[in-house]
Amino acid sequence: MVQANLAHQPKDKTELARPQPVQVKARTPLSEFWRKFKKQKMALVAGSFVLALMLIALVGPYIAPYSSKEFDYESILAGPSLHHWMGTDAYGRDIFSRVLEGTRISLFVGLFSVLFGALGGTILGIIAGFYGKWIDSVIMRICDVLFAFPGILLAIGIIAILGPGLSNVIIAVSIFSVPIFARIVRSSTLSVKATLYVEATKSLGAKNSRLIWKHIFPGTVSSIIVYFTMRIGTSILTAASLSFLGLGAQPPTPEWGAMLSSGRDYLNTAPHVVFYPGMAIFVTVLAFNLLGDGLRDALDPKIKD
Amino acid sequence: MFQYFIKRLAGIIPILMIVSIFIFLFVHMIPGDPARLVAGQDATQQDVESVRKQLELDKPLHQQYLSFVTNMIHGDFGHSLKTKRPVIEEIQSRFMPTFWLSVWSMVWAVLFGLLIGVVSASKRNKWQDYAGMFGAVAGISLPSFWMGLMLIQLFSVKLGWFPTGGLDSWKSYVLPSLTLGAGVAAVIARFTRSSLMDILKEDYIRTGRAKGLHERKVVWDHGLKNALIPVVTMTGLQFGFLLGGSIVIETVFGWPGLGRLLVDSVSFRDYPVIQSLMLLFALEFIIINLIVDLLYGVMNPQIRYE
Repeated sequence: MVQANLAHQPKDKTELARPQPVQVKARTPLSEFWRKFKKQKMALVAGSFVLALMLIALVGPYIAPYSSKEFDYESILAGPSLHHWMGTDAYGRDIFSRVLEGTRISLFVGLFSVLFGALGGTILGIIAGFYGKWIDSVIMRICDVLFAFPGILLAIGIIAILGPGLSNVIIAVSIFSVPIFARIVRSSTLSVKATLYVEATKSLGAKNSRLIWKHIFPGTVSSIIVYFTMRIGTSILTAASLSFLGLGAQPPTPEWGAMLSSGRDYLNTAPHVVFYPGMAIFVTVLAFNLLGDGLRDALDPKIKD
Repeated sequence: MFQYFIKRLAGIIPILMIVSIFIFLFVHMIPGDPARLVAGQDATQQDVESVRKQLELDKPLHQQYLSFVTNMIHGDFGHSLKTKRPVIEEIQSRFMPTFWLSVWSMVWAVLFGLLIGVVSASKRNKWQDYAGMFGAVAGISLPSFWMGLMLIQLFSVKLGWFPTGGLDSWKSYVLPSLTLGAGVAAVIARFTRSSLMDILKEDYIRTGRAKGLHERKVVWDHGLKNALIPVVTMTGLQFGFLLGGSIVIETVFGWPGLGRLLVDSVSFRDYPVIQSLMLLFALEFIIINLIVDLLYGVMNPQIRYE
């Protein structure tokens, strides 16, 4: 008791002075994220590039100098020039215009296949992690089985059943994304479920649906965002591979993988027909991967700056 | 240790069972009458019925599954619809080319991956690190079929150093294995870097430095040796993904392997071959995962006693 009182005795006059109000800027999760994210120059560049790609996907066909279906038999397999920036293909179609139009297809396939995969995976992951017991075992065993097939093999198997085509590629890629999201969301659900605030809400009598929507799901969002971005790159790559194998988009669709596939026969004489669509796939996937890396570093609380 | 082995071994049995059911149902998941699909659009009703009998599609589902499993165990995978030869013969001649292609890709991948990973970790936040890690992300983002075609264009067409495709001599292995290994090298590099960076923070590394050991000895002998455990696991798992990657690469290089057989079979709707290959790929993947698991147990005693 005496000690405690002594501890409150002012030692000198400066301590008696009224404390100055300190301006502390409140840090919302969003501003905290932005503070960390903007330090990563590479991810910023990649993010801007992704935004530009989205813009191209929206307006690409309107700004393209030629139509993707415009044949020009006068200039077949012509190299890059001022008229045709990326040259022309075997039918004299302008490759630059086709690459621009292909942006919409690739982004569409990448975005939607991951969206469906993430949706399915998140629902399954939350159910497995939240309810546990047998339901968890069943969901996780199914995921194990899906994991027993290397990604593209599963997609090829699904396409063997459904038949080739772009919409079936989206279904195939979605299905093989499901177990990945299920696993990640399950593990973050487990860790969120074990936190004190969830325990507190539960003891206040909150319903399961409220617990899941208001507390568990928001806790898993950051890991979903990171994997979402990273999977878009992988999905674009897989979809392009399938089209290259002749199982996805069919010519004359200006899909990058399909363009590459039909350009293969002219590799010796006109390598530009293969080079530019491939470059488009590469930089797009690279941008999504770099952005994903940056988001992970900014959202992962374990990584300190 | 023995107990751990048995536990792991027992763990794959349910997965194997579900995988086999999955692949068995494969033919049944195709929309329409499977017998009609197998017999072809122009087949007569009689042909369709004989195919139905031959594939035992007229029996109850559980009986079909049982004979499917028994046949598979006896090595009877049915006949290819395209060549009419037994599927097992088709697969046998194509197994080794794919196997050696995967092995050589892995050799490249480990060599380059470890080197880039170690250099990046030991030169953290210097230009070598940035260059190495940018290269690794680029490696993951590279469409392998495009890289393959570009390598063919440069080294086969322009320089004439290597054949453009097929499998004739050791030279045929160089370009496909480099292409296939690039993505895996990138994954190994990223993983080695982060694992080694964790180890380099340890006290015994500081002790090594403090007693005046050469930095190279500290990183390669003391650091890498301990950082390798998770890297080996990761590398083993990548072996399975090489199998998947080989599907695309074999098509680019006209490689006489399993991957190309699969793509050709899908285009031809040769369901018995697709079914067998799916099972084979899945089985290989499961076995590799098991070996990795066991190896992990051997290398890391902590795991066994959990």
